[in-house]
Amino acid sequence: MAKTIAEINERIKRGKAVVVTAEEIIEIVDKKGVVEAAKEVDVVTTGTFGPMCSSGAYFNFGHTKPKLKAGGGKTLLNNVPAYAGWAAVDLYIGATVSAPDDPLNKIHPGEFAYGGGHVIEELVAGKDIRLQVEAYGTDCYPRKHLDTWINIKDLNEAVLFNSRNAYQNYNVAVNLSDRTIYTYLGTLKPKLGNANYCSAGQLSPLLNDPHFKTLGIGTRIWLGGGIGYIAWQGTQHNPHAPRLANGVPKRPAGTLAVIGDLKQMNPKWIKGVSFVGYGVSLNVGIGIPIPILDEEIVKYTAVKDEDIIAAIVDYSDAYPNGKPDVLGEVDYKRLKSGEIEVKGKKVPTSGISSYKRALEIANDLKEKIKRGEFLLSEKVADLPAGDSAPKFKPLKERPAKPLDFARGKEGK
Amino acid sequence: MTSRKIVLTFPKEKIDKPIVYKLIKDCNLVFNIMKASITPDQEGHMVLELSGDHSEIEKGIKYLKDQGVAIQPLSKEIKVNWDKCTQCGACVSICPTEALYIKDRQTMEVAFDPEKCIACELCIRPCPPRAIEVHF
Repeated sequence: MAKTIAEINERIKRGKAVVVTAEEIIEIVDKKGVVEAAKEVDVVTTGTFGPMCSSGAYFNFGHTKPKLKAGGGKTLLNNVPAYAGWAAVDLYIGATVSAPDDPLNKIHPGEFAYGGGHVIEELVAGKDIRLQVEAYGTDCYPRKHLDTWINIKDLNEAVLFNSRNAYQNYNVAVNLSDRTIYTYLGTLKPKLGNANYCSAGQLSPLLNDPHFKTLGIGTRIWLGGGIGYIAWQGTQHNPHAPRLANGVPKRPAGTLAVIGDLKQMNPKWIKGVSFVGYGVSLNVGIGIPIPILDEEIVKYTAVKDEDIIAAIVDYSDAYPNGKPDVLGEVDYKRLKSGEIEVKGKKVPTSGISSYKRALEIANDLKEKIKRGEFLLSEKVADLPAGDSAPKFKPLKERPAKPLDFARGKEGK
Repeated sequence: MTSRKIVLTFPKEKIDKPIVYKLIKDCNLVFNIMKASITPDQEGHMVLELSGDHSEIEKGIKYLKDQGVAIQPLSKEIKVNWDKCTQCGACVSICPTEALYIKDRQTMEVAFDPEKCIACELCIRPCPPRAIEVHF
């Protein structure tokens, strides 16, 4: 028995669709089996809320009189640099950028109290943001200086556009060294003092559709509290990661590039965060509906925390030095119990991605679909999957000599 | 039997004296050192929880003051700003006393028990949304 997305949307419009979260489907499949569950359930909603560093926003702030071209000049938003390397009044601000006078890690570990992620959060929250531009001036864009307050409600377009979000599984970070280390997975105490993981596990979007059968380019998603779309596969998308029999990758695998209207979003779900000693990031909330087209799909969505395995990686050596060494594997049920065992030692765990917020997202998306406010979309194209997908490669360095560039030589 | 949390400030010339020891010997007090920072040639700081008879605590505090130790009640308080908290749980494996903990392993809700907090401040900077605040 197979359903189509069009049929499911008809049921949503009539208020008849059966929508459950990726947590609720587990029990339904356990009790009734995949055949019944696939017949009964139309949509399973997923969610994730965690730091997603490869995020950012672009917007058009409107032309000044006389006109100004920020492109090629210097631009600051609340003293944090924005990228203006295109035409006149479009800007992009990345989540991890810090102010030019931020001490960074000069006194280690740095605070990273404010940066791109916080600017984006404040923009979404409707706060005024100070925009400063130093331009070089042209005949068609003569103005050279601008120092003004801007507000999201006055911007022509404001768009969240993230190049890598919603990682399909992630490492569990530990520290084998004898000093505290400060990472994007949090503060790691020496000698296996703690273990930090970062996935919503059984609620995580890409772990509920491990081979990207239903979601793809063009899929409508819940993004930051508003509506967004999957724009492309994310950078570092790597479907070749080793997988369990249930299709779930045991290592970081698929990723998504997502896009959505920043004006619809909510600062609860687009939130600047500071990782001491590492930098600024942005917590992003994403929810993806999985249409239950057949029994195979419902089986994927019934994945449980204990069926999802992650690798334990030493962030004092293996990770920074690009070594493939793994200290062990552990499932998310164990990670969420608060304690795992690594090298015979009991290690307390912390989540960096919020399961509680992920559940709120999955429930919010479920309610929106049940109310008919959110319809499912067909994907326009598949995400790379299977053996033919491009492989994620490290950089092959070809060191350049200082004079190569001046002479116009190309590398060999 | 009562208990009181106090902050002690030792003048730098007194830090090599066994002052706190006499609280046990002469005043019969039980004390728990919650935090201590003693460096040669610098002012020292200690946070103590004293437990014992009310009169013995008063006696102990008078003794400390006589030794030139400045005493203040512990008014530093750690608060979680729940509007800022993202419920990630990064703090729970950092907190040494389980004052920050997971209340419910089904929903993974993060909670804070001020009774267990020793105001060590280890959680302040590792909190990604900086939702944990020190109040004086």
